Amino acid sequence: MDLSFTETQDMLRDTLSRFLADTYDFETRKKMLERPEGRDPGIWRALATELGILSAPFSEEQGGLGGGPLENLIVMEELGKVIAIEPYLQTAVIGGGALKAAGGAMADALIPGIIGGDVIFAFAYAEPKGRYDLARIETTARKDGAGYVLNGHKAVVYAAPWATHLLVTARTGGSGNERGGVELFVVDAKSAGVTRRDYPTVDGFQASEVYFENVAVPGEALLPGGMDLIEQVVDEATMAVCAEGQGAGRQLHELTLAYTKERKQFGQPIGRFQALQFRLADMMIEAEQVASMTLMGTLKLDLPAEQRKAAVSLAKAKVSKSLRFIGQNAVQTHGGIGITVELAAGHYFKRLTMIESQFGPADWHLERYEALTLPA
Amino acid sequence: MNLDFSPEELAFRDEVRAFIAENYPAQLRGKQDEGGDLSKEDFLSWHKVLAKKGWIAPAWPVEYGGPGWTATQRYIWSEETARADCIRIMPFGITMVGPVIYTFGTPEQKARFLPRILSGEDWWCQGYSEPGSGSDLASLRTRAVLSEDGSHYIVNGQKTWTTMAQHADWGFFLVRTNPDAKQQEGISFLLIDMKTPGITVRPIITLGGEHEVNEVFLEDVKVPVENRVYEENKGWTCAKFLLAHERTGIAGVAASKRGIERVRSIASSEMDGDRPLLANPFFRRKVAELEMDLTALEFTELRTLAGEAAGRGPGPESSVLKIKGSEIQQRITELALEAAGHYGAPYFRGFGEGDNEHPIGPDWAHHTAPSYFNMRKTTIYGGSNEIQRNIIAKMVLGL
Repeated sequence: MDLSFTETQDMLRDTLSRFLADTYDFETRKKMLERPEGRDPGIWRALATELGILSAPFSEEQGGLGGGPLENLIVMEELGKVIAIEPYLQTAVIGGGALKAAGGAMADALIPGIIGGDVIFAFAYAEPKGRYDLARIETTARKDGAGYVLNGHKAVVYAAPWATHLLVTARTGGSGNERGGVELFVVDAKSAGVTRRDYPTVDGFQASEVYFENVAVPGEALLPGGMDLIEQVVDEATMAVCAEGQGAGRQLHELTLAYTKERKQFGQPIGRFQALQFRLADMMIEAEQVASMTLMGTLKLDLPAEQRKAAVSLAKAKVSKSLRFIGQNAVQTHGGIGITVELAAGHYFKRLTMIESQFGPADWHLERYEALTLPA
Repeated sequence: MNLDFSPEELAFRDEVRAFIAENYPAQLRGKQDEGGDLSKEDFLSWHKVLAKKGWIAPAWPVEYGGPGWTATQRYIWSEETARADCIRIMPFGITMVGPVIYTFGTPEQKARFLPRILSGEDWWCQGYSEPGSGSDLASLRTRAVLSEDGSHYIVNGQKTWTTMAQHADWGFFLVRTNPDAKQQEGISFLLIDMKTPGITVRPIITLGGEHEVNEVFLEDVKVPVENRVYEENKGWTCAKFLLAHERTGIAGVAASKRGIERVRSIASSEMDGDRPLLANPFFRRKVAELEMDLTALEFTELRTLAGEAAGRGPGPESSVLKIKGSEIQQRITELALEAAGHYGAPYFRGFGEGDNEHPIGPDWAHHTAPSYFNMRKTTIYGGSNEIQRNIIAKMVLGL
């Protein structure tokens, strides 16, 4: 057993961490969010071309660095530390992950674009009534000659306003939440019949309601693998947001700790009060458990499906609970200023709150874990 | 001892219910103030209806304009207004400065300010916290210096977290009049006209995007000495009295009942697979636990009120109500956000651009994340819950 990162992995982290320290301070981030498109495309371009970060999770044959889930963990953790709004999760982890797993012509065509920064993905999987059940979808993909025709409405699609490509779950058959018939499609975001309603999200991203009205796609748009593939991709994405939460959670703990040392009440730094010392210690314990569970789940992503799902669910449940604890206690420790937009702490709290439920909150994952591992 | 309302109390309840049904302003129906979207006019429209009826200040003595209700009647009143989803009455005049003025004020102050608080003519704000004085309120540094002829104070300093100061006509301020005395003994309680030259109000935007709170800057603000309540350097007595008052109201039992009711109704229509969300065993257990804790709080409050009716209190026990009440209010917003699922994420501020054909999830979902963020304030304001625990430890337990 060896739980240490390789030199190459350490270098990846250092490079990215230095770049983000220079480009993603709180004030700069705030200005990015205020731009009409809600981001600074130059950052993404630099991540791709100057740093080569977007090649991290792809094999050398695909033009990548030969990495995988651990490289995604490193990148997402660093992005989380600065609460970056870059679509790495959607593009490299989810889009790239699906293409890697499916292989074929579509993968060969799009992976170089991801690595080069030209292809941005958004993941259109959620639906207005589906909650977190990936198979409970009503969007349809009707066979039409060699291709398919898509119809439906996808909810809260993060990064959709920026995306060149949408990764869409749709039914070629079946109903309700039957697994059979659910497939994954790559759709050009500019296809005729795709419309969006865009809006900002509470945690600083841009997202959309995406509507598909008789959207024709070629046969190779279907990435073979059905629900098995979708679950694998979402499990990888789930661990990636855990890593993001690890970065953001630790950073929020540090910001809070620094605040307790500088904020004085009753003639002393508030960090001298035992009640707050215990709280800061508990927050640290939770942040460490987030790191442990993130590593555990990430290392088990290559196990057979049932074991992988159980591990990911256990990890995400714990991470969700711990991040809520860290976020709420960070705000409480800051007092009123923690609820304003003026300090970074509040913005970390908002992102952590959204991570809690992204790809399923604690209850949902505990339920999935119980179903997989406990006798009925 | 029994829990049943007497025939008179039942008649009172029916009267209240009918009055609300007939007189609650139509334009406020369906509006809630959780998202901070209510205007000054919204707040005042309901205030004025109640002022006209004589019901605006349930806890005030009759001689100052209260309705003379018993504790049970006041309980019925808060139940019924919450049940009908009435917006809250701004507390700064009615529940905060009003009682200070009728308890500590001069006859002239009572005559001048109380009627305008009741009528809603004056909108009040609270100048307590300062950037360096939050939990440690007594360390406040806003300075008031008496003029040589003794006719007025000159006030300099900065206040913060001043709720709704953007609408305020008047503010009640804690200021330091004697910097040499022990902290609590050098503070005075001043009523300041917010239109006085030298006052600047700057908005603070909170995490849900609301403008509820402000910073208030005071630069050479001239305040007539007759606007000081109670003796010079005895303002802390007024402040302590007011904090104890604020804490009983802060339990918010009736509003929390209504909040849980709303979560129940959302979760019975929101589907979780083939069942309503309310049938999800995890979700329903959390609702049940919330109702358990709210019932415990309700009966704690009823016992406190009974004690008050018997002439005891409100003492340090009201800290219990503040702690439990604020935690429950927060848990309700947690459940609502959970119920919203994916639709907790959109930051949606109404159909400004005219596209109402493509709704972004259910209407109730838009407020869930901003409310969740915003309601973190309840364990911070009114004396943070840490301070409340200190009060219990010191004042009740003698530690």
